[in-house]
Amino acid sequence: MTIDNTAGEPVRDTATETLADETFLRELREQMHRFASVQLGDAHLAEDAVQEALMGAMKNAHSFGGRSALKSWVFAILKNKIADILRGRNRVVEASSLLREHEGESDFDELFDRRGHWYAQERPAHWADPESAVHDKHFWRIFETCLNHLPVRQARVFMMREFIELESREICEAAQISVSNLNVMLHRARLRLRECLENNWFSRGEER
Amino acid sequence: MMNCRRATRLLSEAQERKLSFKERSALKLHTLICTGCRNFEKQMHSLRRISRSFARGATDGDSSRRPGEKKTNKP
Repeated sequence: MTIDNTAGEPVRDTATETLADETFLRELREQMHRFASVQLGDAHLAEDAVQEALMGAMKNAHSFGGRSALKSWVFAILKNKIADILRGRNRVVEASSLLREHEGESDFDELFDRRGHWYAQERPAHWADPESAVHDKHFWRIFETCLNHLPVRQARVFMMREFIELESREICEAAQISVSNLNVMLHRARLRLRECLENNWFSRGEER
Repeated sequence: MMNCRRATRLLSEAQERKLSFKERSALKLHTLICTGCRNFEKQMHSLRRISRSFARGATDGDSSRRPGEKKTNKP
């Protein structure tokens, strides 16, 4: 199989030109910075990771055509940098994270009744067309807001799993938690996130 | 009979590991009669796809825009 620059991307929009487009570059940078900060919880570390990823992009810009290809690629580099930082950070259990060990311990009494079944008003509804949501920038504002409403540690492990795509074992090492701990946290994060997205996006304006 | 709390926990775990035959059978029996958990199951897949798009930098909502097209800066 030959790897060509597919997706029918016109050659004229080269990555080099794209990187010279200041508006594009500024927006890309901000977006990368938000992405890195939320996961690293540290603006400086985030800035370093973004810098490095962009430097890499500049150096190899000639091999990429089209801004969407460039963007995916820059984000892939950024994800690698973040993964390295997160992996290197293990074994240092921050005092602040110990304090938050028991956050969200309520075990979702507000979602499930005593027998563990959904309360009628909490039952997940059908999501109409989740595929097209990703093309809507308003959806992404909601998504980021919902992420920010998760308890910090839940958000971190969720992002390690879903954005950086680390395996359970790696996350447990980096976050110094057991697998069952991790599964509980991911379960809670997903319950909250899906509820938030449903209430604020997928069933807007619907009577419940 | 499995309850929804347990079912959603397994549906979440299915994103990390392959469930055992027993777990899958019990889940299947539950989701057959539970619309809420059936929707939850689909949403776990959507959530993953959405997250992957987020991590590819799709958040300006123009990922469907053809390369080379001018970006419109709507207010």
